[in-house]
Amino acid sequence: MIPSAFEYHRPPSVAEAIRIVSERGDDARVIAGGHSLIPMMKLRMAHLEHLVDLQDVAELRELSIADGIVRIGAMVTQHELITHEGLAQAVPIVREAALLIADPQVRYMGTIGGNLANGDPGNDMPGLMQCLDARFGLEGPEGSREVAARDFYEAAYMTDRADEEILTRITFAASTGGYAYEKQKRKIGDYATAAAAVLINAQDGRVSRASVAMTNLSDVPVWSEAAADALIGTACDAAACDAAVAAMSAEIDPQEDSRGPIEFKRHVAGTILRRAIARAWARA
Amino acid sequence: MNDMTPEGREERRGKLKGLGHARRRVEDARFTQGKGNYIDDINLSGMLFGDFVRSPHAHARITSIDASAALELPGVVAVLTADDLRPLDLHWMPTLAGDKQMVLADGKVLFQGQEVAFVVARDRYVAADAVDLVEIEYEELPVITDPFESLQSDVVLREDLDPEAPGSHGPRRHHNHIFLWEEGDKAATEQAIESSEVVAEEMIYYHRTHPCPLETCGSVASMDKVNGKLTLWGTFQAPHVVRTVASILSGIEEHNIRVISPDIGGGFGNKVGVYPGYVCSIVASIVTGSPVKWVEDRMENLMSTAFARDYWMKGRISATKDGRITGLHCHVTADHGAFDACADPTKFPAGFFHICTGSYDIPVAYVAVDGAYTNKAPGGVAYRCSFRVTEAAYMIERMIEVLAIELGMDAAELRARNFIREDQFPYQSALGWEYDSGDYHTAWNKALEAVNYEGLRREQAERVEAFNRGETRKLLGIGLTHFTEIVGAGPMKNCDILGMGMFDSCEIRIHPTGSAIVRLGTISQGQGHATTFAQILASEIGISSDSITVEEGDTDTAPYGLGTYGSRSTPVAGAAAAMAGRKIRAKAQMIAAYLLEVHEDDLEWDVDRFAVKGAPERFKTMAEIAFASYNQAIPGVEPGLEAVSYYDPPNMTYPFGAYICVMEIDVDTGEHEIRQFYALDDCGTRINPMVIEGQVHGGLTEALAIAMGQEIAYDDLGNIKTATLMDFFMPTSWETPTYTTAFTETPSPHHPIGAKGVGESPNVGGVPAFSNAVHDAFRPFGLRHSHMPHDHWRIWKVAHELGLHG
Repeated sequence: MIPSAFEYHRPPSVAEAIRIVSERGDDARVIAGGHSLIPMMKLRMAHLEHLVDLQDVAELRELSIADGIVRIGAMVTQHELITHEGLAQAVPIVREAALLIADPQVRYMGTIGGNLANGDPGNDMPGLMQCLDARFGLEGPEGSREVAARDFYEAAYMTDRADEEILTRITFAASTGGYAYEKQKRKIGDYATAAAAVLINAQDGRVSRASVAMTNLSDVPVWSEAAADALIGTACDAAACDAAVAAMSAEIDPQEDSRGPIEFKRHVAGTILRRAIARAWARA
Repeated sequence: MNDMTPEGREERRGKLKGLGHARRRVEDARFTQGKGNYIDDINLSGMLFGDFVRSPHAHARITSIDASAALELPGVVAVLTADDLRPLDLHWMPTLAGDKQMVLADGKVLFQGQEVAFVVARDRYVAADAVDLVEIEYEELPVITDPFESLQSDVVLREDLDPEAPGSHGPRRHHNHIFLWEEGDKAATEQAIESSEVVAEEMIYYHRTHPCPLETCGSVASMDKVNGKLTLWGTFQAPHVVRTVASILSGIEEHNIRVISPDIGGGFGNKVGVYPGYVCSIVASIVTGSPVKWVEDRMENLMSTAFARDYWMKGRISATKDGRITGLHCHVTADHGAFDACADPTKFPAGFFHICTGSYDIPVAYVAVDGAYTNKAPGGVAYRCSFRVTEAAYMIERMIEVLAIELGMDAAELRARNFIREDQFPYQSALGWEYDSGDYHTAWNKALEAVNYEGLRREQAERVEAFNRGETRKLLGIGLTHFTEIVGAGPMKNCDILGMGMFDSCEIRIHPTGSAIVRLGTISQGQGHATTFAQILASEIGISSDSITVEEGDTDTAPYGLGTYGSRSTPVAGAAAAMAGRKIRAKAQMIAAYLLEVHEDDLEWDVDRFAVKGAPERFKTMAEIAFASYNQAIPGVEPGLEAVSYYDPPNMTYPFGAYICVMEIDVDTGEHEIRQFYALDDCGTRINPMVIEGQVHGGLTEALAIAMGQEIAYDDLGNIKTATLMDFFMPTSWETPTYTTAFTETPSPHHPIGAKGVGESPNVGGVPAFSNAVHDAFRPFGLRHSHMPHDHWRIWKVAHELGLHG
C-alpha cells in the first residue's frame, strides 16, 4: 500500500495546472480530493510521475447561486455542498445525495469535480448531475468548452474529457418541485448497490416534468428519459410507476460483483426507483 | 474512628476498587490520546524494513526467481528466498497444529498472497519499489478451493508430505486429507437417532472469515552481534511461546532471546500463530546485523495471516415427539487451507468442537472432523472464541431451530425442555466434558421475560398476516440463542501448545510503601488487563487497584505463561493472580502476628488489614505490613514481600448466556434492522461490570459483522475477493445496533474467585442469535436453513426462492 515515487505540484491557477498537465502528458494527473486516485496509486494500479494538486486554485472553490443558476467550482467538497444553506434551498436533492456519499471524513476531502471527472460508475454525482441536466465546464490548452452531463460519460473511467483538460465548474438550474435521492448500500462508505435520483414537478395533480437517473447499474450513469416519460401526464399511480420501472430496467446493465448477482440488482433497482418516485411525488 | 463499624469496612472496601467495581480502564488515557506504543511506533537506529513479494497465483510451480533488478535499486540490502533460508533449515517452520508451513515458497505456491521472497531495504518505500522489481516465473497448476473436491481430487497439493505416512493426528486417507478426529460413541449415537421418533438433518456452513484486528501483524527483530542477544518485538498474543519457538528454530539459547509484545491493537486469534514475517525479520536482522521491521498492510493481513472458521457441519439431531433430545451426530469437513496452521491445543485438532452438545442434556453424541487442504490461506484460528467453540455453538443452535420446525414446537420451549438442570452440575457431557456449573433455566426465563417473548410471537404472527394481506414488505424475526462456552485452557493433563502446558502465571512484588507491581504470563490486546487484574489483587491483598501496576508482555521480566486467547486470561492467569495474592497474604499474616505480638491464628483478614480477633482496634494494614517486611528483622521470616504463582487449572470454565435478537427484514432489498438485542451473560464472578459491558458490546458487533456480511471469499481460481475493507465488512457505529446487557452470576466452583471469562461469549452467542433472527423471519414461509453471511443479496435470494417477490 505504498505508491511509487512521484513529483508533487501545487499550482495556484487553472492555467498553470493546464500547463503542467500539457507538458507532462500521460505522466501527469490532476488530483482533487484524492479519494479515488490515491488508493489506486497505493495499490500501484496507477503509476504517475507527476501529481498536480488543485487545492490552491481559489477560483475552483467558489459556489454561487444567481438568477436561478447554480455554479459550483470543481474543488467544492461534498461537505461544503451539504452545509451550503442556499444550495439546500435552491436544489435540495444535492444535499440529500451528498449525505449518502461515503462517510463524513471522506466528504470533508472528496470534491464534486473529482467525483464527476473520474468516471467511476459507483460515484453518485454523475447520475445526479444527469438528472439535473447539469453542464460541465472544461478548460484545456485550446481554451474552454462546455459539455452536458448527459453526454459526458462514455464507459467506465472513460469520459468526453481530453487528457490535458480539467473539469473546472458545474452549472445547473435551480429545481423547484419534488425530489428524492434513494440509495441502497451495504454499509457506510460503500458504493451503491443501486441508487436513484428523481425530480418531479406536479401540476393539477399530474406529473408535468420528471427526470430519472440511476447509479452503479451500468458502466455509466443511466439517465432514463423513457422512465421520466412514463411518469409525465400521469397521477404517479401504480401503473405509471410500473411503467417507469420497466422503462428504467430496459436501460440498465448491472454486473455481478460482491454486492450480488444481476437478478438481485435489477430487483433492487426497481424497488429503489419506486421509493424515490414515491418520495419525490409526495414532495412535488 | 469508624474503622470498626460495618460502614467503615465498606468505605475501605470501596477505596480498594476491587472486585465488582466499575473501575475506569487505566489503559484508555493513552489509547484515546494516541499515546499507545504499537509495533509500528518502534523505531531503532539503523533499522531496515522488510516487505514480501507475494504470489499472485493460488497454486503454481515456481520456475525462476530473479532478484537482480531489485538488488540494483539503491537502498536495497538483501532479497531472501527459500534457497537462502534452506542452509539454516528455516525455509519451513512447524505450525501450532503439528504440520509445517513454508516460510518462503519452496518450489511452489499454495495460496494467493503466499510469501515468496523477502526484500530488505533502508526504508519501506524502497522496499515497496523493490518488491515490484523481483521477477518470478510461475507455471500455474490446477486450483482447489473446495474441501469436498479436494478430498476427491487427483491434484496433490502438499507434495512435501508422504501420502502413505500418517499425519500428526493419525492416518490420512487421501493426499489432501489432514486428519480424521472423532469423539463420542458412534454406534450408540446412530442407534439412538435411528430409533427416534423425530430426526432433523441439516448441513450448516460456518463460512470463512477473518479476525481483522485494527492493528495488522508485525515485528521488529534486533540481533546484537556483540552480546549475542536477539530482541524481538511483535504482535504476539503468546510472547513466551514465541520465545521458546524462536529459540528452537534459530538455535539461539532461550536466555539470549527477549520477546516483547508492546501495546497490541486487537488480536482476536489473528496474533496467536507464528508468521513468515516474524521469521524473516529475525533472519534478516541476523544476516544484516541491523534491526529489521516488518509490518503487513491491511490487504496482506486479510489475504495471508490467519483466517477463522470455514467449517461444513453436517448435523443430525433426534428427539421424542414431545421434544426430548435423544442424540446428536455431527460430521465436519474442515477447510484448513494450504497448511494446517490452526491454533489449537496440541491434542485437539478440532479444538473444543465437542462442546457442541451445547446447553442441552443430550444422552448420546458423536462428532467426527475431517481436515482438508485447499489452495486457500492457512489458519483456522479462534476468532474471539475458544477453540472452534463458535462453530460448535452455531451448529447446535441452528440444529435446535431446525428440530423445533421438525417437531412443530416453539424453539424457546424446546430449549427449556432440554437444558441441563441446575441440579445436574457438575455435568458430564456425552462428549467427555465436565461442565463445572450453570443455571440455564433461570437465565433463560429472565431473558424471555425481559423481551416479552410471548408478546413478540404475537406481533410476529400479526406481521405475517399483514404481509400476506400486502400491507407490509417487512418481516419480523426473533433470534434465540442459549450458548455454553468452554474456555480457560487449560488443565496441563490434556492441554498443551507445542508441548508447553497451558498453565499461566503471576508474580507480585509489594513495594515498601505499600504499592505493588504485578507481572503475568498473559498479554492484553485491548481486554483491559491492567485494570481488571489489579482489581482481583486489590480484593485479595487489600491494596487499592490504583496502587498496583500491571505489566505483561516482556519475557525478560514477566513469568512464563501461555498468553491471551480463548478467554483464558481470567480463568487461568486471573486464578494465578488470586493464588499469588493469597501467598502474599499468608506471609503478611506472619508479619502482622509478629508486629501485634499475637499468634497468627488469632488474626483475621479484614479488607485491607489483619486485625486481632475480638479486638478490631488492634490491626496492621497491608501498607504497614509491607513497610515492616522491608525494615524489620523478623525471626524466621525472609525480608521482602513477593510471591509468584503458576496455576494449572483443574478444569475449564463454562460461561453461558441467553441472547435474543429482534430483527426487521425488508424482503425486497434484503436489508435488515435490529430493533432489539438483549444479551444476558453469566460469566461467574464479575470483576468489572463496565469492562464486561464493553467486551459484550464489542463481541456482539463482531458477531453482527460475521452473521450479516463479513467473509473471506475466493473465486474458482483462488483469487481472494474480499481483501479490502470495502468488501470485507467491518461495522461502524452506523451499522451497530443498541444492545441491552444483563447478567446472572453463577460462580465457577473451582476458580479461586469464581470467575469464568467473558470476552468471547458475545461472539459465540451473538452469531447464532443474529442468524436465527434471519431464519426465524422466514420460518413462517417455509425456510429451514440458509447459509451465512446474511448480506443483502443472500437474504433477498431467500425471499425470492420462497416466492415472496410475487
